[in-house]
Amino acid sequence: MSGATTASGATTASGATTASGATTASGATTAAPDAAYNFAYLDEQTKRMLRRALLKAVAIPGYQVPFASREMPLAYGWGTGGMQVTAAILGSADVLKVIDQGADDTTNAVSIRAFFARTAGVATTESTAQATVIQTRHRIPEFPLREGQTIVYQVPQPEPLRKLEPRETETRRMHAMADYGVMHVKLYEDIARHGRVTLAYDYPVLVNRRHVMAPSPIPAFDNPKMHFSPALQLFGAGREKRLYAVPPFTSVESLAFEDHPFHPWKADCACDLCGATDSYLDEVIIDDSGGKLFVCSDTDHCATRRAEGHRGAKAGHALTAAE
Amino acid sequence: MLTDAPLLEAKTVSLRFGRIAALDEVSIQVWPGEVLAVVGESGSGKTTLLRVLHGDLSPDAGQVLYAGRDIHAMAAPDRKWLARNEWGFVHQNPRDGLRMAVSAGGNIGERLMAAGARHWGNIRAAAIEWLARVEIPEDRIDDPPRKFSGGMQQRLQIARVLVMGPRIVFMDEPTGGLDVSVQARLLDLIRRLTHELGLASVIVTHDLAVARLLADRTVVMQQGRVVEQGLTDQVLDDPHHAYTQLLVSSVLQA
Repeated sequence: MSGATTASGATTASGATTASGATTASGATTAAPDAAYNFAYLDEQTKRMLRRALLKAVAIPGYQVPFASREMPLAYGWGTGGMQVTAAILGSADVLKVIDQGADDTTNAVSIRAFFARTAGVATTESTAQATVIQTRHRIPEFPLREGQTIVYQVPQPEPLRKLEPRETETRRMHAMADYGVMHVKLYEDIARHGRVTLAYDYPVLVNRRHVMAPSPIPAFDNPKMHFSPALQLFGAGREKRLYAVPPFTSVESLAFEDHPFHPWKADCACDLCGATDSYLDEVIIDDSGGKLFVCSDTDHCATRRAEGHRGAKAGHALTAAE
Repeated sequence: MLTDAPLLEAKTVSLRFGRIAALDEVSIQVWPGEVLAVVGESGSGKTTLLRVLHGDLSPDAGQVLYAGRDIHAMAAPDRKWLARNEWGFVHQNPRDGLRMAVSAGGNIGERLMAAGARHWGNIRAAAIEWLARVEIPEDRIDDPPRKFSGGMQQRLQIARVLVMGPRIVFMDEPTGGLDVSVQARLLDLIRRLTHELGLASVIVTHDLAVARLLADRTVVMQQGRVVEQGLTDQVLDDPHHAYTQLLVSSVLQA
């Protein structure tokens, strides 16, 4: 699935215009908000409720704050939690970037960006550096986040203990008492069976040395980027009705053992389009005879590098001929 | 072995479930290194007493003192800390005390990891050592307990409880549901381990043979009251209370 989304991303990212046509890679198109909606879709009382919950979440890093999740005009699982958080924190001067699996031009990203462009009239961008608010699904941008930026994660399952303990009452008690032995049991089992921890995404982290937190399904590769990040990190789970947060400059440690340290896995090669060796790669199947391409999952990162003249091993491939 | 103060003490503990007095002013003491058996028929309040002593149920009246501290007055996290580090609980059904989908090694290691052990090799080594001590072959370390026999599951549960080196262990009918030869082997193991480790333990059982074999002292309960207590041999060989006499005489002599 990620291959398919990225395939479309890789072919069009350099094109600088997205399906919506309202946004360019260089920055910011704005239009007046649609008068039929309140600013950023949600009513003011709802946004106050969300902000109160967010303040509590920021005050207790990694703690899951229950909130009254609203019905959004798209299905659960498409980012309703992240959208509510974005709606609550968005101001008219903000510049919004939305990514899905690292790509700016997949259906989910384009739709959510268009949604806020229409209901809030905010400027949108594909550039990580220019954005003030970044809503994301499954990735943290490769370009380092800076102070003053806010990244909003869409979260399907906020409870890191859920697969190990199905009872909500019990997991809350476990969080309250920092009873996290079972979390390491999962890692112990992986090492006993496979010789290493096999979790590739949604790799549990310990926030501020207190709460174990699900980082949302970002690849383990992105976990180190959360540690002492200068940006504010907010998490919203719409269906599960939970918000949580990691304030700037907070410790976020990936759980591991002393003799089996955490390892951020990625495909062991360079991006075939831009030649980057330090970015997270997606594997894209390109024909029926097993041909494949490894490309940056962060389309903004890849496009920026190519604009700077970096070229990967298959930069002239037919799939990229449009460039 | 006996010291000045009991390790665990219940003082006139009472607990009612509606109209039924499950515990009626029960007072008992457990001394360091001592095995105490609680015997009585079904519904006599044995298991309720064990759960009150372990802090799972709060009594309506009376106190439970562990090393001089009232466990029902302390904060829940403190009680949890004690339960994790200084106490152990062996359930009658190993399913209640084990994670059935997690390997034997993971089951033994869980307590260590909860207490902060973060070296995989050391945790593994401790698991191997404890499997040997409860007579489970080392090559079963990565098998989940659901692939074990009932006796092995119960031994694994004991290993999981003892790995933390608790000061007191609560056992609720540890041999229930096992056939006689497996029972004998398990009792032998429990007796050996409790003596090796100098553990105090409270064993709830309806089986007087278990009390005879394991316990230094025995408490007899009937309808939520302690009707007789004393040295095990004394209580079983020379029962004073009518109910104890009935209990002793109703055991079939093989």
